[in-house]
Amino acid sequence: MSAVPKVHAPVPEGRLLPAGFDDVDVTAAVSDPVLVRRSWRLWWIALAATLPFVAATLVGLAVVLGVGIGTWGINSTIVWGVAIANYVWWIGIGNAGTLISSLLAVTRQDWRASINRFAEAMTLFAVSIAGLFPIIHLGRPEYFYWLAPYPNTMQLWPQWRSALVWDFWAILSYLLFSLMFWYLGLIPDAATLRDRATTRRAQVFYGALALGWRGSARHWALHTRLHMTMAALAVPLVCSVHSIVGLDFAASLMPGWQETIFPPYFVVGAMYSGFAMVVVLAILIRWGLGLQSVITLKHFDAMGLVILLCALVMTLSYATEWMMAWYGGEHAERSLVVHEFAGTYAPLYWLLLLFNCILPQVLWSPKARGNLWVMALVSIGINVGMWLERILIIWNTLGHTELPSTRHPFVMSAIDWTFLIGPLGLFAFLFLLFARFFPVVSMYEVRELAHKQREAAGAAGRGAP
Amino acid sequence: MTAATRPFLAEFGDAEAVLDAAQRLRRDGFRIVDALTPFPVPKLAGLLGARASLIRPVMALAGFGVALLFVGLQVYSQAYAYPLNSGGRPLASWQVYMLVPFETGVLAAAAAGFLVLLWRTGLPRLHHPLFAVPGIERATQDRFFLVVDGPADARDARRFDRALLEAGAISVGEIGA
Repeated sequence: MSAVPKVHAPVPEGRLLPAGFDDVDVTAAVSDPVLVRRSWRLWWIALAATLPFVAATLVGLAVVLGVGIGTWGINSTIVWGVAIANYVWWIGIGNAGTLISSLLAVTRQDWRASINRFAEAMTLFAVSIAGLFPIIHLGRPEYFYWLAPYPNTMQLWPQWRSALVWDFWAILSYLLFSLMFWYLGLIPDAATLRDRATTRRAQVFYGALALGWRGSARHWALHTRLHMTMAALAVPLVCSVHSIVGLDFAASLMPGWQETIFPPYFVVGAMYSGFAMVVVLAILIRWGLGLQSVITLKHFDAMGLVILLCALVMTLSYATEWMMAWYGGEHAERSLVVHEFAGTYAPLYWLLLLFNCILPQVLWSPKARGNLWVMALVSIGINVGMWLERILIIWNTLGHTELPSTRHPFVMSAIDWTFLIGPLGLFAFLFLLFARFFPVVSMYEVRELAHKQREAAGAAGRGAP
Repeated sequence: MTAATRPFLAEFGDAEAVLDAAQRLRRDGFRIVDALTPFPVPKLAGLLGARASLIRPVMALAGFGVALLFVGLQVYSQAYAYPLNSGGRPLASWQVYMLVPFETGVLAAAAAGFLVLLWRTGLPRLHHPLFAVPGIERATQDRFFLVVDGPADARDARRFDRALLEAGAISVGEIGA
């Protein structure tokens, strides 16, 4: 489908780049789709397909803000619903982007170079979407700014001991940090696009973004130092942000929520669903932009192993929850676990276990990790399973009250469905815009990787007897 | 540097060549003003004496500073401005006061680091004399350049040319000539 010729030599088994891949190759492969490609028909079709979802999201926002949160399925028993589940799910998706850029940079994993740019973009869009929900789920969303300590005449201060106030700062910091981090990496690539631009408009646009970057070694020293330091800061930031999201539940006194495992369990869960989303996006980008030589099967193999690890940790976490409920002997918790397996939402719980624990076990097989259809199906399953996990955490605990008389099932309203499906299209819309106008792969980092590979090959050649 | 030396621009095809040339030129006593590369070459930065030593201390200062500020804000608001006994909790319950400062501290550190980068690089600088040199746009793609103070006399010029030739320069030219 692509009008751009598929790039170059096949990638040798287990390698990250084709042999002899040089700077011209990666520059052309990544910047040509943005600057010179003629046929964007499929992109336009995809963009048009996302527009109804964008419209639906806007309509949903108008209804929730104009008519009220009574249009959701929440009732007097289950006071949190789809909004909070969505919020946690989207933040989780965002975390993987930061972990790919930062954790893998700090641990010097070379395979991150091809995927970190679009993973970071994914983070920006996911966190932006996530940030909508805590605002609109308020009964009086017009007062959301009371969460900030601004000078006022009411002697009003935020409740610093509340996890929701921590959320406000965590999400704000995370979003702005991610934006800076993504932009920092973009500056050298924007310079490349400026220098390859074929129209004046493109030259001005990318030139402005590039701030006049010229590749000076002095500037590179500063850039690398800042990049590495921010990467080192991003790892604890991600862990703390999603721990705080977990504390939204764990800092309460509800059965099934008040568990010290929640912060790490949420962080791993975020990494899990995030990596799954990155796999799906990587498959689409690789196919759509013809980047087979840059996003290779070795990348999917590595991501598959991370996903498998997370699946095992999540399974262990679920098992810990069941075990502690039984071992602790607390009636409310034991009753909740029984309700999870045999109550109102039991089919969803079994589905969750299938998608999160059972299906990903297929990734033990290297052939499965190398098969992109399997990877895509498992990843989509994980994303569905993780959303189910988020919503069931809410429905099961809140819905399983002490007295049976207050137990009301949650029935999803049309606006709930709108907020579930709509933002998916909004995300796709933003991502398509990103893929059209920005380099989806970090060119300078792939060049660096190619250089390192050549050096290593040269040293091996000289050292060999 | 005498008034007679003018800056020269040498072009190379790969990082090994530009490193080799930089080492030769330094050994022969020429001053390398700058190097332009499409990706960071750490050894080159060392040869140029390029340092990034301001970034981390400033980030640490900003990060811890803002974090302390927020701890102070929380203690002030909860223990002095509007003390409220909620469930017998201590007014200055510092354990929960650590979370927000951590987040804002990391953000402040990042922002400070970014500002230091902009200050020390002089960016944004959309016009630079080097952009007028034809072929310089490949510095962000696949070519490596050295900006060197030119030779002062004929003997220097021979050493200069030999160093660059042996390192494998693709082209050498005077800037602004």
